[in-house]
Amino acid sequence: MIPELGQFALILALLIAAVQCALPIYGAARGSAALIALARPAVAGQAVFVALAFGILTYAFVTQDFSVAYVAQNSNLALPWYYRFSAVWGAHEGSLLLWVLILNAWSVAVAAFSRRIPDATVARVLGVLGFIAFGFLLFTILTSNPFARHLPALPDGSDLNPILQDPGLIMHPPMLYTGYVGFSVAFAFAIAALLGGELDVAWVRWARPWTNVAWAFLTFGIALGSWWAYYVLGWGGWWFWDPVENASFMPWLVGTALIHSQAVTEKRGSFRAWTLLLSIFAFSLSLLGTFLVRSGVLTSVHAFASDPKRGLFILAFLGTVVGGSLLIYAIRAPKVAGGKPFKLLSRETLLLINNLMFVCAAAMVLLGTLYPLIGDAIGAGRISVGPPYFGFMFVLLMAPVVLLIPFGPLFRWASADWRASWRALRPALILALAAVIVAKLLVPSLALRGLAGVAATLWVGSGIVIYALMRWRNAPRGKRYTPEMLGMILAHFGLAVFAAGVMITEASSVESDLRFAPNETRTIGGLDFRFGGVERAQGPNFVAEQGKLEVLRDGNIVATLRPQKRQYSGGGMAQTKSDIDPGVFRDVYVALGEPLADGAWSVRVYVKPFVRWIWLGALFMMFGGFTAAADRRFRVLPERSDQASAGGTQRTPSPPNPPLEGEGLRA
Amino acid sequence: MSSVAGDSSLFTRLLPFFGFVALVALLGFGIYWNTHHEMTEVPSPLIGKPAPAFTLPLLYEPEKTLSASELLGKPYLLNVFGSWCPTCQYEHPILTGQIKPLGIKLIGLDWKDDPEDAKRWIAQFGNPYDALITDREGRAGIDFGVYMAPETFLVDAQGIVRYKRIGMFTAENIRDELLPKIAELTGKHAKKGAP
Repeated sequence: MIPELGQFALILALLIAAVQCALPIYGAARGSAALIALARPAVAGQAVFVALAFGILTYAFVTQDFSVAYVAQNSNLALPWYYRFSAVWGAHEGSLLLWVLILNAWSVAVAAFSRRIPDATVARVLGVLGFIAFGFLLFTILTSNPFARHLPALPDGSDLNPILQDPGLIMHPPMLYTGYVGFSVAFAFAIAALLGGELDVAWVRWARPWTNVAWAFLTFGIALGSWWAYYVLGWGGWWFWDPVENASFMPWLVGTALIHSQAVTEKRGSFRAWTLLLSIFAFSLSLLGTFLVRSGVLTSVHAFASDPKRGLFILAFLGTVVGGSLLIYAIRAPKVAGGKPFKLLSRETLLLINNLMFVCAAAMVLLGTLYPLIGDAIGAGRISVGPPYFGFMFVLLMAPVVLLIPFGPLFRWASADWRASWRALRPALILALAAVIVAKLLVPSLALRGLAGVAATLWVGSGIVIYALMRWRNAPRGKRYTPEMLGMILAHFGLAVFAAGVMITEASSVESDLRFAPNETRTIGGLDFRFGGVERAQGPNFVAEQGKLEVLRDGNIVATLRPQKRQYSGGGMAQTKSDIDPGVFRDVYVALGEPLADGAWSVRVYVKPFVRWIWLGALFMMFGGFTAAADRRFRVLPERSDQASAGGTQRTPSPPNPPLEGEGLRA
Repeated sequence: MSSVAGDSSLFTRLLPFFGFVALVALLGFGIYWNTHHEMTEVPSPLIGKPAPAFTLPLLYEPEKTLSASELLGKPYLLNVFGSWCPTCQYEHPILTGQIKPLGIKLIGLDWKDDPEDAKRWIAQFGNPYDALITDREGRAGIDFGVYMAPETFLVDAQGIVRYKRIGMFTAENIRDELLPKIAELTGKHAKKGAP
């Protein structure tokens, strides 16, 4: 009975979504206050029923109702309680429901925090979000019903895929979805602006904090996924350019371009059409990612069950949403470029380069991801491009970004004095070169990539520190750092940390496979490893062979690692569980191989310098995104250009207070 | 240089739309291709024909070889994999946990791979195979029409290819495709291991 209520709730949510889409948008076009006023209650109603459906599915997992096919396929009696919650999104149907739930959370947030925005605009934004929710609910109900019964009920379920039985996986999908579903808000604002024909810069200001928050979540979600892959897959890698990883990375790249382009449009009025287009692209790539994951057109390690019906449905939906919005764009986009003029040497130009590079990178990833399909289409057979292509192209495209990024905050809008910026940045350059020399002296074996990483890190990192110091010295107290600027500083600093992690790890990891006899000690990467043999270990729903390795430095035990090979009771699946001794400057990573003769085992040992910095950098970027979004400027100045008399804030619509813009920085 | 949009005509503003239409056409083709290649079960012209003859060195004893003719008499699965192939890594626990228990002979064909890498890979993840052979140059792979890894061929006791799976096995397609095919070949005791 209860699962049927869940399905019923989904159907009701679908109907409300239809109302939420159609009536407010129509009302906004007609100027009907009554229909416009429907938007917020409809959002609330839809959210209640979607949350109810999600709650009921969770309840079915917690109470182990194996008469629900989805529950039976993705959990069993032995599954610990905490994984019963995350098992809700452990496979296709439930993760789709999570997607819709998160979309609803965003809609509710927009409905709640938009009191200062004209009602007609809010109605359009919520209407667009309603349309997206409608599409996904329809998809869930028609092709992927999570409440489908399996009667008679099974005595026990199969199992949640063992690689998903991990704390990282509890958090990864919700964070990732929060990120890429969040781009729907920027998208909705852009479409609302196009529909309403109000293409001044106001909509961009409203959309900015939402975009930043979505971007921050996406950054965190991707970082979590990468970290999870690193410690669960037993392969020691942190990024594989797998189609599904790419699916989340493309929106991130375009989203990064978007937050920069929004800044230009909002402050200077330039790049209006471009910002509209990027808003559409960022969300379109989120939808495209969903399509790639769900349709099975690309074979991927994430292996969701593929079903051509699902693929067709999402493709039709993708076509409608993206095709429709690009047509609206073509008809309604501003025909004449607006905004203040700028010279070649200006912050606008740098941000334009940023945009081009990030969009090119996204296009490059898209091309590489779709390569197998293109191969089929032109009859060349299914060919894949692997990490060599992506790695090379990505570094190539990001190199200009890294070189120019310290100039970004130092250059002024409209016309910059490059000599002054260059003088300011000279210490950063000197520091970077000195660090390269020191690194080469300390670690003579460090490859070119590692040296490039050191240089990039010091250049970008000290460049942003120099900027922060200059603000400290030159700006008046209390106006030194706005949250928006602080967010930028954090995110750029994060990039420096990230670059160090990537380049140094890639250049200087030590990987070896060794045969260990019991109590044998071997030296790898300056550390001694003593093998203490293998014993049986019992987990809640698995048995494991557990090895013991002591890590010693100069005879002192630094860490004791216990890697496992697990055999799960449910699906009979085996899983290698590595063990890691984490450290700021290096990780020691061991994975158990195979038993050999005489109690010896093969053991894979990695020493990975700076690998944590990859995720640490991502965390900085995430905090940067949140901090920037918290800027009061986005909330205090409502910019009601249509009815400016309403509030007490009678500022002129265009650029906000100049002292915040990097003025007065001639050192 | 004032803005990227410039003074644009309707045509320029329609360019993103045209690009998108091309993308949708490609994705639509992808779905079509997939349904055509997986649902209709004619994935390989080899099905119903004798498996290509091969004589390949064993991974662990390269001086010895295994040839197709030695395998006649009992059905077997030929699993094409490589240590370079991430999907194979995902398929690996399924081979160990769900295919090995079926009791059918499982031959691993290490395809386009450095034997040392393959040994390391097997050492790390385990060896579900009854025999491991290497095809470093990918010649046998060409004969079998392999174009990605993993791929798996079911060959019957007479050496006829009965079934081919492109991509990794999942619990569903073992149940729906592989088990019925094995059941046809081995008759009565085939239900063993079925859910």
